[in-house]
Amino acid sequence: MAGVRFDHVTKRFGDVLAVDDLDLQVEDREFLVLLGPSGCGKSTALRMIAGLEEPTEGSIRLGDRRVDGVDPKDRDLSMVFQSYALYPHKSVRQNIEFPLRSRKVPAAERDRLVSDVVAQLGLTGLLDRKPRQLSGGQRQRVALARAIVRRPAVFLMDEPLSNLDAKMRTSTRAELVELHARLGTTFVYVTHDQVEAMTMASRVAVMSEGVLQQVGPPQEVYDRPENVFVAQFIGSPPMNVLSGTVVDDAGVRKVSAAGGILTVAPEAAQLLGSRGLAEVLVGVRPEHLVVAGSGIPAKLRVVESLGHERHLLCELQDAREIIVRTSSAAAVPGEGATVHLDAAPGALHLFDADSGRRLH
Amino acid sequence: MAVPSVAADTPAAAEAPPVLGASGAREERVAGRRREWPLALLFLAPSAVVFAVFVFYPLYRTVQLSMYRSGPFGRLGEFVGISNLNDVLSSSEFRHSLGVTLQFSAITVPLGLVLGLGLALLAHERLRGIAVYRTLFASTVATSVAVASIMWLLLLNPSVGLVNAFLDWIGQDRIDFINEPGWALWTVAFTTVWLHLGFTFIVISAGLQSVPDELLESARMDGAGAWRRFRHVTLPLLSPTLLFVLVVLSINAFQSFGQIDLLTEGGPNDRTRVLVYAIFQEVRRGDPSTAAAQAVALFGILFLLTIIQLRVLERRVFYG
Repeated sequence: MAGVRFDHVTKRFGDVLAVDDLDLQVEDREFLVLLGPSGCGKSTALRMIAGLEEPTEGSIRLGDRRVDGVDPKDRDLSMVFQSYALYPHKSVRQNIEFPLRSRKVPAAERDRLVSDVVAQLGLTGLLDRKPRQLSGGQRQRVALARAIVRRPAVFLMDEPLSNLDAKMRTSTRAELVELHARLGTTFVYVTHDQVEAMTMASRVAVMSEGVLQQVGPPQEVYDRPENVFVAQFIGSPPMNVLSGTVVDDAGVRKVSAAGGILTVAPEAAQLLGSRGLAEVLVGVRPEHLVVAGSGIPAKLRVVESLGHERHLLCELQDAREIIVRTSSAAAVPGEGATVHLDAAPGALHLFDADSGRRLH
Repeated sequence: MAVPSVAADTPAAAEAPPVLGASGAREERVAGRRREWPLALLFLAPSAVVFAVFVFYPLYRTVQLSMYRSGPFGRLGEFVGISNLNDVLSSSEFRHSLGVTLQFSAITVPLGLVLGLGLALLAHERLRGIAVYRTLFASTVATSVAVASIMWLLLLNPSVGLVNAFLDWIGQDRIDFINEPGWALWTVAFTTVWLHLGFTFIVISAGLQSVPDELLESARMDGAGAWRRFRHVTLPLLSPTLLFVLVVLSINAFQSFGQIDLLTEGGPNDRTRVLVYAIFQEVRRGDPSTAAAQAVALFGILFLLTIIQLRVLERRVFYG
């Protein structure tokens, strides 16, 4: 078993900076999700662990072993590709056996390992089929089986669920969590889907433009985003972020934004005073906004009903959009009505107006 | 009121009950196809005409000619049925030519395939300046038989050719590649391999492009070395391309003419007199009927060979 350590790793492709000074420790037996939009460098980071790419600068360790220049096959890890990369001309059995045969595992041992993993993943009865005769979900299981059959120390996955339909994705998420618990192996999982990250990860590492933005347990990242990017990338609908000015209301610092005054938590108010900040970005999640008697004035444009909840799409005075999430049981004003939106002081996130970093 | 079915929501069903709507649609499709026939024929007409004029009619005339004795001025003489063909098949000259053709194919086809595959694999690597090599490797496809033959004639010339100058330089005896019986067939075969290498290279390169990188990466992670990746991933996925190249190279080998005419004229001592060249000589000698019978025999042999190649090898080919 082994963790993975990125030690100030930078990767350039020509002039393109794919990964910028990534410093990250993946703990042994952890389920770490690398999360970010496409092109953020998460797949490159994964491929560097795999040995399919070499870092331009810095080094990578698997356990206590530096693996720079070590061939992928000697790194004791396996990978599930987004396309599954099953060998189309080989049967399911031959696909699963391939890594064992490549490593010259004796036949008896090989048969035992294959039947083990086949039973675990419910592939019995499919062994003689070719990949094209399988459904998407079955293919995905074969790819998983091939990856876990030789019990690697680290298990890499590159968007393995993105080719499945929504229902299949949900059930597979739970199975992956169970599989992780059963195998007790380090998982590094790449996705752009925040739901996958939230539901499966022990910790999430959010990346953007090659830079690691924040690492932490999913709930912590959701509750205390380190910067505006993370705040808006995680959560659906995304966090509303407004630019505001700090005002003094009878000795107490408050934030004026979009024509309304918002009361911040006492510590935050103190911080605003002691730092002497004039401008801030104030973030509030849609579920923390309430339609109230006072607060930010807005015009209710559209009410989207999702069955279990409603999204109120409102227009601020400066024509920007703000989204409120309410339960479907709550009373909603008619479309076109002017409403006032407010949030509890503790629900407000304050960010530096220039750097976008969290203030408190 | 009946429970609405999913089918009832489709546009076709909106106008008619679902069952009738479905079969009506099928009838309509068939009728539509029938209506499209004249248009289809119109589109096919140009190539049909070209094939008819340049392939089917000459083929018909050749078969016809092979069943008659040669008359004066290329006219048909007495009808003899398949006796011309029998004569040809039992003649030692034809057997000799067939043997030469088989030897020639046995050199050019495997060598062409292996070299083409090797060059394509080399050029598939992502290396600096590889595009230059790709262009070079592919360039023989734009070279005519005549140009290639003359070029090799000059290069292999015993007195002024570069190859012999090189042999001199390394202290070897000069070789008269064209006129020495031991060398002539190899020389013609090598020129043929060189000539077809551009085509083979391009086709196999295209085949390599279609092997997904992820499969090779996955094999790498599964612990497969370069040879195992080639053997278990690249080769199976490339097999349809290789089968195609094999069939085309075989047909080319059996039909080679230009380079033989320009380099050796079938000599020395008929050592390079392949079937097509024998047919050509027969025509020159003024016996088109025997030539036609030989052509029919060649056609039959090639036809059989191709069917056998496809039948036998198709089982080993993986179509994605």
